[in-house]
Amino acid sequence: MELPLDYATLRLIWWGLIGVILIAFALTDGFDMGVGALLPFVAREDQERRMVINTIGATWEGNQVWFIVGGAGLFAAWPFVYAVSFSGFYLAMFLVLSALILRPVAFKYRSKRKDPRWRAFWDWSLFVGGFVPALVFGVAMGNVLQGAPFRLDSDLRAFYEGPFLGLFTPFTLVCGLLSVSMLVLHGAAWLGVKAEEGPILDRARTYGTIAALASVVLFAIGGLFIAFGPLGFRIEGMADPAGPSNPLRTAVVAAPGAWLDNYGRHPWMLIAPALGFAGALAALAGLWRRSEPLAFAGSSASSIGIISTVGLSMFPFILPSTIDPRSSLTAWNASSSHGTLFTMLLVTAVFLPVVLIYTSWVYKVLWGRSSTEALTTNPDLY
Amino acid sequence: MDLAVVDLSRLQFALTALYHFLFVPLTLGLSFMLVIMEAIYVMTKRPIWRTVTRFWGTLFGINFVLGVATGLTMEFQFGMNWSYYSHYVGDIFGAPLAIEGLMAFFLEATFVGLMFFGWDKLSKVGHLFVTFLVALGTNLSALWILVANGWMQNPVGAAFNPDTMRMEVTDFGAVLFNPVAQAKFVHTVSAGYVIASVFVLGVSAYYLLKGKWTGFAKRSMTVAAAFGLASSLSVVVLGDESGYALTDNQKMKLAALEAMWETEPAPAGLAAFGIPSMKDRETHAEIKIPYVLGLIATRSIDRPVEGIFELVAQAQDRIESGVVAYGALETLKANPTDVAARAVFEEHRRDLGYGLLLKRYVADPRQADAALIEKTAWDTVPNVPLMFWSFRIMAGIGLLMIALFATAFVLCTLRKHDTRWFLRLAVLALPLPWISTELGWILAEVGRQPWAVEGVLPTFLGASSLTVSQLWATIIGFTVFYGALAVVEVGLILHTIKKGPFAQQEEFDPQRAPGAEAVA
Repeated sequence: MELPLDYATLRLIWWGLIGVILIAFALTDGFDMGVGALLPFVAREDQERRMVINTIGATWEGNQVWFIVGGAGLFAAWPFVYAVSFSGFYLAMFLVLSALILRPVAFKYRSKRKDPRWRAFWDWSLFVGGFVPALVFGVAMGNVLQGAPFRLDSDLRAFYEGPFLGLFTPFTLVCGLLSVSMLVLHGAAWLGVKAEEGPILDRARTYGTIAALASVVLFAIGGLFIAFGPLGFRIEGMADPAGPSNPLRTAVVAAPGAWLDNYGRHPWMLIAPALGFAGALAALAGLWRRSEPLAFAGSSASSIGIISTVGLSMFPFILPSTIDPRSSLTAWNASSSHGTLFTMLLVTAVFLPVVLIYTSWVYKVLWGRSSTEALTTNPDLY
Repeated sequence: MDLAVVDLSRLQFALTALYHFLFVPLTLGLSFMLVIMEAIYVMTKRPIWRTVTRFWGTLFGINFVLGVATGLTMEFQFGMNWSYYSHYVGDIFGAPLAIEGLMAFFLEATFVGLMFFGWDKLSKVGHLFVTFLVALGTNLSALWILVANGWMQNPVGAAFNPDTMRMEVTDFGAVLFNPVAQAKFVHTVSAGYVIASVFVLGVSAYYLLKGKWTGFAKRSMTVAAAFGLASSLSVVVLGDESGYALTDNQKMKLAALEAMWETEPAPAGLAAFGIPSMKDRETHAEIKIPYVLGLIATRSIDRPVEGIFELVAQAQDRIESGVVAYGALETLKANPTDVAARAVFEEHRRDLGYGLLLKRYVADPRQADAALIEKTAWDTVPNVPLMFWSFRIMAGIGLLMIALFATAFVLCTLRKHDTRWFLRLAVLALPLPWISTELGWILAEVGRQPWAVEGVLPTFLGASSLTVSQLWATIIGFTVFYGALAVVEVGLILHTIKKGPFAQQEEFDPQRAPGAEAVA
């Protein structure tokens, strides 16, 4: 059967779609993680904490699905990437899973008992469930930019040759901290929109301001690493965007500085890093001027810009290999088959808009600031 | 291939999947029971039904979060622990998982928040619809995961591509409408409905025995009796349908769960008892019920059901053909344009997986001698005693459940809710359906061994290149973590049951609380 979209185009579309899913995850579950990480600091006693938890209590679950769909989307569209990265970053993945398993339970179980120790335990679980994934995702992004120590044999079986601690280098730590500040800023901005006025909001503004400044500085440091550090890979000769998904048929070399190539070729891509900086500064302005919508729009724009910068700098690379560059995974050689990409595009085209419509409706129904007063009258609240 | 890594990866998968499967079936069934209870509330407008819905909703919530939390592990550990599997069949297997996320997880997860927090933000009908969407979402997610699992049992609509060294979709419709997947879906969700019915029945029976909240308990019990009777009948009838599907697709699984070593003349008998021995390759002390198996498995009286010896002989032929396919593939790897090798590969392609079975013993299957091929052919037999007994206990509990709910239904119809011997039985029956569903999972997955994907990819080739210490770290981690969560969850469920259905009203609306007992 002749498909109406050619293989190369579909691969490009899916590169974009995976990016969209990751960004949607950062924008929605991002503020949940940010709020979780801020919880013990912006809210000090039980009523305050309950109020903060209820700003995300009814919607975090739907937001987390972006993470699951991100994983499943990788599996369906880029099976190589799913297979190599998840087994390669094995213990890091386990760490993320543990933190994320704790989170749903913490939301639900915290309010079931009044014992202060019980509640404090789940408060810190919510902190872990926000902070640890934010940090590890950033470190993982750093490792993706840096390349991972794996090779593929002739059966395309992946072998990984790096210790767990090898994941943490100065560059990847910068990425991890950037990710934490980006999401903490986003969480603080969300509290501005959703929490009631009072001491909690003032504290959130303070932490948000620190996070916004840290985002700008860390993003700049990350940029310096990209420009002057030993980062970057390049495809030698012509890659065939419609060739079979077999990484071993592409010639790749390590080329420090190559992550800047795309900006020279397509200067419009500079919009992404510009948005990363401008968004964080807009959020800062919003926090100072007490304009909650500006702060939230700014933190969202900053996340979009920062994540897009990673994707665009590397394109078409997805996961380069440091020990055997020829095994590197790219958008052209690591995807599913033509038929699967097409079918999954149809499914996504139908269901993604539906998801967006009902998610917006749910947010509309639950619109309005969370308040400490409601805690005494509404038995449903956490 | 480090076999210790393979065994530990299997252990971890089994632990996390069996644990996940403690929570999911209850969610599947309880969500629809909530819809029924709330529908009665919307129609009768009587507050007691709102209390019924909300109380079971609270228990649903406590259980639901653990389903969500442990589901995360399931979604990611294919890549973490089964990296080569993920590469080898990701083109097919990833799709239903992604569709599950888009179509089902979003639905249930987005609306479950509104279900709990939207009581005073929505109209009665609006809230009922939200509850229904949660139930629909959870059940759709079972559909897609079983489409994925069904493909592992019966890999239709896909072929191996030598250029990418993996299986690729050739016919998506065939993957979707896989008869094994369909049979599994209805069987599994019905089992979930039975679990939920037993749960509601058992807890209500406990209240009635204690003489507490009897009005609440009688109403809950009536819903459970009706829903449970329908579900327990369907789980057995549709389980029979999956038995029928097995005869076309997984003859070895059927022969193993029947411990049927020799092909019997039609119509075959069903073994009611026996002690199968893998070593002696026969079943001791067997008691057979004539004709029954032939009728179930072939829907005829004249077609035979093949035995293990015959199936092993067939496997041996396929291994020999698989070695030829493997040889041609090695040639193609070196030179993708070799026309002759491609023709040979096409001819033997469907047996490639059987050739790969030899990799357990030799790096290059072409070096295997006849004796090794014969030995390997016997690897295609799963653990017969485990299969034999898992099946009998699972099916036995299934039949008991029909009896339980038929009795409950009669008693509820006669308004004899307080029949004490039955109430005691209903409480004692609580763990049974969980045992049955866990054994059902073992039957389906152990019965597929040695294959990760039947006839396509042996399990031992699917594992990631991890180290034994990495695996021990995560197995211990998951065990400690999951164990602690189980203790907390069971504790909270018991705590909630003990506090009873009116606890929330008493706390927030003390004036109305005394009236609550009057309603009851």
